[in-house]
Amino acid sequence: MTDRPATPILRVQHLRVSYPIRSSVMLRRVGENVAVSDVTFDVGPGETVGLVGESGSGKSTIARAVIGLVKPTAGVIEFDGRDITGHSPKELKAVRRQMQMVFQDPYASLNPRLTVRDQIAECWRVHHGQLPRAQWTERAKHLMERVGLNPDYSDRYPHQFSGGQRQRIGIARALALRPKLIICDEAVSALDVSVQAQVLNLLSDLQDEFGLSYLFISHDLSVIEHLSDRVLVLNKGEVVEQGPVREIFANPRDEYTRALLAAIPVVRPWLETPA
Amino acid sequence: MAEPTMAVREGSTPRDEPLMSVRDLQVEFSTSAGVVRALDGVSFDVRRGETIAILGESGSGKSVTAQAIMALLPKPAGSIVGGSIHYAGRDLAALPIGDVRRICGTEIAMIFQDPLSSLNPVFRVGWQIAEPFRKRLGMDKQQARAKALELLDRVGIPDAGRRIRDYPHQFSGGQRQRIMIAMAIALEPKLLIADEPTTALDVTVQSQIMKLLANLQAETGMGMILISHDLGVVADVAERAAIMYAGRIVESGTIRQVYDYPAHPYTQGLLASIPSTKAIGERLVPIAGAPPNLLALPTGCSFHPRCPYAVDRCRAEIPLLRRPDGWEPGHVAACFRSEEVLAHD
Repeated sequence: MTDRPATPILRVQHLRVSYPIRSSVMLRRVGENVAVSDVTFDVGPGETVGLVGESGSGKSTIARAVIGLVKPTAGVIEFDGRDITGHSPKELKAVRRQMQMVFQDPYASLNPRLTVRDQIAECWRVHHGQLPRAQWTERAKHLMERVGLNPDYSDRYPHQFSGGQRQRIGIARALALRPKLIICDEAVSALDVSVQAQVLNLLSDLQDEFGLSYLFISHDLSVIEHLSDRVLVLNKGEVVEQGPVREIFANPRDEYTRALLAAIPVVRPWLETPA
Repeated sequence: MAEPTMAVREGSTPRDEPLMSVRDLQVEFSTSAGVVRALDGVSFDVRRGETIAILGESGSGKSVTAQAIMALLPKPAGSIVGGSIHYAGRDLAALPIGDVRRICGTEIAMIFQDPLSSLNPVFRVGWQIAEPFRKRLGMDKQQARAKALELLDRVGIPDAGRRIRDYPHQFSGGQRQRIMIAMAIALEPKLLIADEPTTALDVTVQSQIMKLLANLQAETGMGMILISHDLGVVADVAERAAIMYAGRIVESGTIRQVYDYPAHPYTQGLLASIPSTKAIGERLVPIAGAPPNLLALPTGCSFHPRCPYAVDRCRAEIPLLRRPDGWEPGHVAACFRSEEVLAHD
């Protein structure tokens, strides 16, 4: 994406998230733990922005701040041209129909007492008027098939699926409301490679079809490189480098980025050994 | 039967003999929905000083293989129903569980994917690492502690003398895995089974842990079974690879044979699925469909519904591992059409 659209779907400016450290007795504020500081980026329509970094680098915190699960300490988050930083939970609900999230831990994010079909249909239950009830089952099965699950299993419960399959249920659920932006927090990390490739293809198909934008968080640099238009490299809560993905992967300027790229496992190391 | 058998610990293998030889291993799980054959006819050898990678996706049986060797199959659901696991002149598949555990305690060690859930949160790590020295070798506390300290140093925990008194939650994920490795190599096992040892770790840490495992192996000459879903992670460390699908080994050979000249359509598909630098932004070539339900395996070759090469014969007959003429020795695949698969590449 060379020409940047005028109104981005998501605009994050100078985002800072910190947690207070309090004294043990008086609970006085004695300091703060900074999870993310001064992060600024845009996600345009149909664009994929990758957030990459190791654990503790703040990538998930950014996602959680964007979707309103943690309150930013400072900074502005705009979605579709509107400032949503100070939105009430009720106002956020309307925003979240357009902004869905696929979480890192699929088991924790699924209700163990709902079948897969109900799990997906819950989106339509919560957001009235999106889909007539008569179509829920059919549409849920269709979504299951699209993410690589056997639709015959729609009456099963999350514990009857493997970790990888559970993650796919989460992806199906995020797709259910046809949002504008999907935040994928390690969404494909738990999938097997052959299925991961299917889901990555599926994500790019859906992007082409509906003009979806992705905020794609991963520790897997190969996946980020494959899918993203632009990438932000995070280290200890700060952006150390950002730009078009090809540029950064070809000419990393920051030392941390270089170390990260050097650690990517190579499938055929014997082809890469310098002559 | 309950007699401890010291002879087992002395059991030494000649150099050229495989350290462990798994033959035609079959494992079944009984579930409420029926009997699942999780492993079917799995055979492989591990020699001393050699690393063999068992690769496959979830449900392919790679972890079940490790569990079967270590007698860790969930009871009563899972059991070995056929085949043998030869180790030091004995068949682990036929021995009572207690005896297998005794052998595994000292000679075969295992590390798991999630180091935090394998460590006891309420004991200091030094105490836990020293446990095998106290329990198995009967050392006193001081001696055992000294050995534990030595191990922590060896697996690269900085400032080991101070950290030995810390609890598991005070360590990072990579350090916890180092601690698990320390515990695994404590009694100088002859065989180390690593089940997805770096899956939960960051990339930079992942490469450090793989290096550590490779170095320890070079020092001790132990055999290593490396179980992974990631074809890239094991490429530097393993000499041989076995690819598993739906409970069977579908291809095996040296890493380079398998990766450079995949002779099974599944291996070829796996390699094509990996996002690579050479094809940024292009579509990946995934394997069609999903791994089969083990309760209702397809007839014939269980890969045929996803296979672009499938012919009628694949639907009727189960292909066995074979080495057609002209292939390098040791490279086998369970496919009727390997010649076409190879030619295609």
